[in-house]
Amino acid sequence: MIESRFADIGWMDALSGRDTPLRRIDPRAKLLATLGFILAVLSFPKYEVAGLLPFFLYPVVLMSIGDVPVAFVLRRLAVVAPFAVFVGMFNPLLDRQVVAGVGPWVMTGGWLSFASILLRFALTVGATLVVVAGTGIHDVCRGLGALGVPAAFTAQVLFLYRYLFVLVDDGMRMARARALRSFGGRGMGMRVYGHMLGSLLLRTMGRAERIHLAMRCRGFDGQVRTLTRLRFGFADALFLLGWSTAFVLLRCFDLPRRVGGWILGAGT
Amino acid sequence: MSHHTVEARDLYHTYPDGTAALRGITFCITHGESVAIVGENGAGKSTLLMHLNGYLAPTGGAVRVGGLPLNRDTLPAVRRAVGMVFQDPDDQLFMPTVFEDVAFGPLNLGLPPGEVEGRVARALETVGMEGLGNRPPYKLSGGEKRAAAIATVLAMEPDILVMDEPSASLDPRSRRRLIELLRSFSHTKIIATHDLDMALDLCERTLVLHEGLVAADGPTRDILRDESILGPCSLEKPLRLQGCPICAPPRATA
Repeated sequence: MIESRFADIGWMDALSGRDTPLRRIDPRAKLLATLGFILAVLSFPKYEVAGLLPFFLYPVVLMSIGDVPVAFVLRRLAVVAPFAVFVGMFNPLLDRQVVAGVGPWVMTGGWLSFASILLRFALTVGATLVVVAGTGIHDVCRGLGALGVPAAFTAQVLFLYRYLFVLVDDGMRMARARALRSFGGRGMGMRVYGHMLGSLLLRTMGRAERIHLAMRCRGFDGQVRTLTRLRFGFADALFLLGWSTAFVLLRCFDLPRRVGGWILGAGT
Repeated sequence: MSHHTVEARDLYHTYPDGTAALRGITFCITHGESVAIVGENGAGKSTLLMHLNGYLAPTGGAVRVGGLPLNRDTLPAVRRAVGMVFQDPDDQLFMPTVFEDVAFGPLNLGLPPGEVEGRVARALETVGMEGLGNRPPYKLSGGEKRAAAIATVLAMEPDILVMDEPSASLDPRSRRRLIELLRSFSHTKIIATHDLDMALDLCERTLVLHEGLVAADGPTRDILRDESILGPCSLEKPLRLQGCPICAPPRATA
């Protein structure tokens, strides 16, 4: 179980290692556009559902130019979905005001806002996942740094990502050692897990010290330097400007209602 | 030519918990020498190495690197001169890709980008890893990780190479490749190891540590043959110096 999850993280890295049109866009343009996207999605009123639908254009386009598989995004979304469900699950119980009805079927405001929460969750988390997977955690951090996020934070994220693999490896070896000597039983139960976590923590601290030493030996002074320079070109500006305009338009003009009105108008 | 010398004079180190790891160590390693540091587990090898780049400060005595006494002011210069290769390459490869890891040191030295690229390319080529620069470190094999770790140090162009167990957990061919690689370096080399056959291959001089003291210091061939030194220090003759078990089987003890 842990091992398969672990392989998943590695796959994300493999995705971002490829040269795709999405990858070539400056991370700052992608980050800012995604921030605009999230703000636009979150700024809709509580009962909005239809107006959110056109926003799926953004993650879908990014997925196609970044060659990010749909299944990958859906799987990761499913992992975090319970949080969103938990946030909204009491709405249908608390808000029973009927807002629409077709025959015996009625739609309450609670269900509508619940649907809205799930949509917003899918849009924002989905878009972020696609951007991170198609950009690579390293470029994301570099972009964040260039946008003024403190180096202490971006360095933390980078190291977290790098040593996640080592930590999981350590943990897996320990879990295997426990399993091999507990003969299918519970192996002394929770108490052992406490000890295991403790020793994992101590090991990690020891490693952190050695890594720090290795960094100091090579002249580390608190700032992580890299050779590649970010270049914000015409295409990046176009990407940022194009999407920002699209988000503003989609937010201000209710596209589904207009299209619906147009179809109905044409029909009569 | 005194840049490449390492000197320890009456070095003491006691850890905060009271463990006396070094109890008066004195030696002088001169330019271009290749020295093996051997000894049982807990003899003080790693503690000694930590003193050579100023990570640990001695509780008594002094270290001089390239003629400079090791202190707070000379620390950057000493760390620039002493390249340290750690036992676990995972500790040394902390950047997202091999290329960036190798570039980390030169960038911190403030070198211009063109020069950094040149150094990275040269270092990767030296260890036979050209073309693997874009790999994340966790996707490398054990031998490749070790080679990458050595490249990160070579890119700093140090005068002195200090290595902790470089051949540990390598398969025989990777180990042989590593030995050939290290043999090709003209740096002053200090290698802490349990691999006495490698010491025999690479180092003309051996320092034997025992309970925080220098038990012997001399030509590797003489020391590794001398059972009266090896025995008390929990060491054994390297396999190569033991008789062939087929041509000259040891006399039956029964």
